[in-house]
Amino acid sequence: MAFARDQWYVAAYGSEVGRGLLARTVLGEPLVLYRTGAGAAVALADRCVHRRYPLSESRLDGDTIVCGYHGFTYDPTGACVFVPGQQRIPRTARVTSYPVVEQDSFIWVWIGDRDRADPATIPRAPWLADPGYAVVRGMAPLNARYGLLVDNLMDLSHETYLHGGYIGTPEVANTPITTEVDEDRGIVYVSRHMDDAECPPFYARSTGIQGRITRWQDIEYHPPCLYLLHSRIAPRGVHPPAEGEDSAAFHAEIVYAITPSTEHTTYDFWAVARDFAIDDESVSEYLHHSNHTVVMQDVTALNILEQVIAAEPDRYQELSINIDTGGLAARRLLARMVGSGTVGAAR
Amino acid sequence: MSSRAGVLTGQRVYRIHWLPGTDTLRGVCHCGAERVAEEPVELWQWLLAHPQGHRAAAVPAPGPARRPAVRA
Repeated sequence: MAFARDQWYVAAYGSEVGRGLLARTVLGEPLVLYRTGAGAAVALADRCVHRRYPLSESRLDGDTIVCGYHGFTYDPTGACVFVPGQQRIPRTARVTSYPVVEQDSFIWVWIGDRDRADPATIPRAPWLADPGYAVVRGMAPLNARYGLLVDNLMDLSHETYLHGGYIGTPEVANTPITTEVDEDRGIVYVSRHMDDAECPPFYARSTGIQGRITRWQDIEYHPPCLYLLHSRIAPRGVHPPAEGEDSAAFHAEIVYAITPSTEHTTYDFWAVARDFAIDDESVSEYLHHSNHTVVMQDVTALNILEQVIAAEPDRYQELSINIDTGGLAARRLLARMVGSGTVGAAR
Repeated sequence: MSSRAGVLTGQRVYRIHWLPGTDTLRGVCHCGAERVAEEPVELWQWLLAHPQGHRAAAVPAPGPARRPAVRA
């Protein structure tokens, strides 16, 4: 499966990167991540130029990494500043350094031509670093190609069948969607507004709502990496006011970062940010446990699906129906990015 | 949400509305042309073929359309 290079990807949560060495593989490229003493996040190629030993299996000395095999030492720019037993450092003694931006609790890395890296193009998930929201999060390694996770998240009708008892109710699969694509910005938006729905345990227990609800699911996918689900939960019949705050509703911003690791593995970063019960630790524990369970239900299913698809010939037969309208749009934008290396549409 | 309204406000937005109570999809091009279909692959192909098959209209379409069009 081809990758979209010249793009920003989430390599880690900021909280995962510290004064130790963290190994991640993004788009097949092995990275080592750490922080300098001043707190700046660094991403370097995770292979010593000498004999390819993983730098992530080495040690930090101040802001430099000392290779655990023969002592080649690299500064945060990737330049080798020491080799053993001789004064001359070969000019080619350098590992690739990757542009890094820490934003919205994520460590974003640019994979591709570094001259094209523009931090202003990184899509935002501001709720993850907003004190007005409580956030639970995690990361699940997936033994499946990233496209399967994109398909999964773009069509939430699967909640009814795969996640019943957690977030799925009959209305999710039964409610029509509206799909939009902004060709110039490269965004897919899918709306599913349920006016009279059963309240699934995920929201009944966290919000305290009794009875049926108005449930809105608005997906905003910024390919290749960032997926946002704006979830609005309110008692049945309660809609946003024409003006002012939507204070009668509960809002959850569900964020996924879909980062291809290898052709058949993916990092599934997930987070749930909520604007209600933000100081109630029991709600955080419940939502963390529930969403982790839901994510692992997807992981189990997609791992199975990967095994099946990997054994199929190329261009295997599929059937797409109405529920797939958004997923088809996402696939097309991804294919365009794989082909062009840019988000903007060919005119 | 009305049939042609949407959230995205760009100059080139394609929309597909699944009409409530039916199995029918209605595609709306940024040029204002519209078409109904029973499955999404065919409808995306028609939308993305713009301007092929997206005939100009006598009456301007509402929303972000910049060019008048009729239902194709």
